Amino acid sequence: MTNIAFPAPRKGGAEGFLIALILIGVFFWSLYAVARGGDPLMEQQGWLIMAGSLIGLIMLVGAFSNGGPVNDESQYAEGVIKAGTIATMFWGIAGFLVGVIIALQLAFPNLFYFADFGFLNFGRLRPLHTSAVIFAFGGNALIATSFYVVQRTCRTRIAGGLWPWFVFWGYQFFIVIAATGYLLGITQGKEYAEPEWYADIWLTLVWVVYLLVFLGTLWKRKEKHIYVANWFYLAFIVTIAMLHVVNNLAVPVNFFGAWSYPVMSGVQGALTQWWYGHNAVGFFLTAGFLAIMYYFIPKRAERPVYSYRLSIVHFWSLIFIYIWAGPHHLHYTALPEWAQTLGMTFSVMLWMPSWGGMINGLMTLSGAWDKLRTDPVIRMMVLSVAFYGMSTFEGPVMSVRAVNALSHYTDWTIGHVHSGALGWVGFITFGAVYCLVPWLWKRKGMWSKALIEWHFWLATIGILFYIAAMWPSGITQGLMWRAYNDLGFLEYSFVETVEAMHPYYIIRAFGGLLFLLGALLMAYNVYRTIRGGVEETEDRVNPQSSLIAAE
Amino acid sequence: MSQKKGFFQGIHAKFLERNSLILTVAILVVVSIGGVIEIAPLFYLNSTIEEVEGVRPYTPLELAGRQIYVREGCYNCHSQMIRPLRDEVERYGHYSLAAESMYDRPFQWGSKRTGPDLARVGGKYSDEWHRDHLINPQSVVPESVMPPYAFLADAALDYGQIEGHLRTNRLFGVPYTDEMIANAETDLEAQVDPFSSGYDDLIARYPGAQIRDFDGNPDELTELDALIAYLQVLGTMVDFSTYEAEAPENQR
Repeated sequence: MTNIAFPAPRKGGAEGFLIALILIGVFFWSLYAVARGGDPLMEQQGWLIMAGSLIGLIMLVGAFSNGGPVNDESQYAEGVIKAGTIATMFWGIAGFLVGVIIALQLAFPNLFYFADFGFLNFGRLRPLHTSAVIFAFGGNALIATSFYVVQRTCRTRIAGGLWPWFVFWGYQFFIVIAATGYLLGITQGKEYAEPEWYADIWLTLVWVVYLLVFLGTLWKRKEKHIYVANWFYLAFIVTIAMLHVVNNLAVPVNFFGAWSYPVMSGVQGALTQWWYGHNAVGFFLTAGFLAIMYYFIPKRAERPVYSYRLSIVHFWSLIFIYIWAGPHHLHYTALPEWAQTLGMTFSVMLWMPSWGGMINGLMTLSGAWDKLRTDPVIRMMVLSVAFYGMSTFEGPVMSVRAVNALSHYTDWTIGHVHSGALGWVGFITFGAVYCLVPWLWKRKGMWSKALIEWHFWLATIGILFYIAAMWPSGITQGLMWRAYNDLGFLEYSFVETVEAMHPYYIIRAFGGLLFLLGALLMAYNVYRTIRGGVEETEDRVNPQSSLIAAE
Repeated sequence: MSQKKGFFQGIHAKFLERNSLILTVAILVVVSIGGVIEIAPLFYLNSTIEEVEGVRPYTPLELAGRQIYVREGCYNCHSQMIRPLRDEVERYGHYSLAAESMYDRPFQWGSKRTGPDLARVGGKYSDEWHRDHLINPQSVVPESVMPPYAFLADAALDYGQIEGHLRTNRLFGVPYTDEMIANAETDLEAQVDPFSSGYDDLIARYPGAQIRDFDGNPDELTELDALIAYLQVLGTMVDFSTYEAEAPENQR
């Protein structure tokens, strides 16, 4: 243990060397791809990858030119979490903005499409939106909070010295490669798994380091037990690794080009993709964010988690059952019926562990319900859990084959996803950020409590507009497609159903705009809080010291 | 934690919560079971994909067109999977068979119909219609919310690597022969020119291939040529006037 009289220990030569080697490898690969790769798309993307590797090297030199990174075992590492919190805000706003733009494109195609700018068409922007909110906003929130939570609940500094920073910047690099790739037209054409093979390999590397950093921190913990939030983070990291690797198995046409062909085709490709796709929901957007719930709600409400036993039961049943649910995305398709039935059955069963989590989260507020009135951050997180409960009820309903026959291919699915993404994932993340910013920057509270209130109400009303538009729109669409007239002919042509969506698409875009406005208020509030000078604020948090408490 | 603990809870507190490696392995085992049971059988059960007469690998031009379909993200709004429901069969045609997408890498079944299903769009509209529609969708369907793809008409198709594309597909068992791979470029060029010397060879290699100038611009081989060629073959490979879903060989 160091004391104040001695300078903090500095090390990290070996890991710096290894990171440099990785970056140099990336540099030469991209150099070759640009110079003689032979793939015009890759030649454009290669420049960006080259720039990224060079920036990484410069940052590395910068870190070592001052005598090496500081690794003080008596303190929690907070720099990388600060960076992650800001990245969460940044990508969140970027993702919401693209969402609003593509919503407007569907509402007003004549105003928001440009014949000369094909790269701004819906087909390329939609993956940009989904990846930006799920992987960039959600992913950064998960990495940042997991680094925070694992240190605090293990009472030890994060393991790996420089490696957590490698995870942070490596992940941003992945996001930039993926996002620019979509705009250029580089995609695998599989929903939520659009990044091409080289981006996938890079992500795999970053993810393995992430797992090792997380496990390394658990290994040197000073608490006997591993806290429940960490089970969920661990399940999220391990399972995402498995899903990512299997679903992205592919062979590139050219090892210095962008295009690849997936190993699995047709039926097998579809089931593997939705096994991946639904568990991206299950393990990225659920398990990971449940971990946030299990740390930040008890911490903010200053109450213990409601039931330890319920945590165990719902954790294991949730992760066991979720994996089976994928085939409900393929009802009535060419997928064998036994697989569809299994998927449906397990999806309905999934309702129970999901609500187990919801009950455990909500009941943690026992004895502190009054805070709902006074603390908008608590209210945000509680509403988030309520949205979680609602969408995990809706999901099993939609997975029933007869319901799915109507809902599949319609906006109902979009409404369902957004009640989960905006309500559950969005609000629990906002709640965590409102806790983290004053904790990390050592402020008394957020700069303005009123702005948090405004954020809460704008976002809530925005979500209500969004889902209130998409549910009827989806059901209308489904009913119109199957409507017959008295003579036994189909009543509507397809384009009549498109026309009927117009008012709903306008309302949806408006709802999304409100949600974006709320996030902008949050960004301003975060900026003012970080900038300092928070003397008088009604938002009070308990200070969290950076010093690691002794036994 | 003074409450009475069950057996499992005791084990949990003693082992799983205290040893991160045991916890990691346990998680990995628990999350693997469902996937293994659901996905693995699809690779060895013969009934997953019943081979159907007529399904052939894509011609080089169709494959290049498919690449553009994927690149532009058409799957975000168009499905290629007709469900066996009365209204869908009447609106789009015979329900999709597993065999019809057996060479589709990536599969493009889709999950959303902002626009109509395209599994059997081939032959439904003329090339001229597709051309007008892709360049400016609202010119033929005023209420459409589809973006314009005018740039495809001006973009020369880049098919320098088409051989490699066929070869990579063959790695996975798509029956491209050596001859098909060696002639990939000539076949691609021949498909937009009905008067080319490669016409007969192309038809022999890819039975039923449609050969014509798809984009109406004989001077240039564009991305629009490739995309329309792909759209026009969609769902046309199986002859449903002779296909019997109830036949014993299709009921395995």
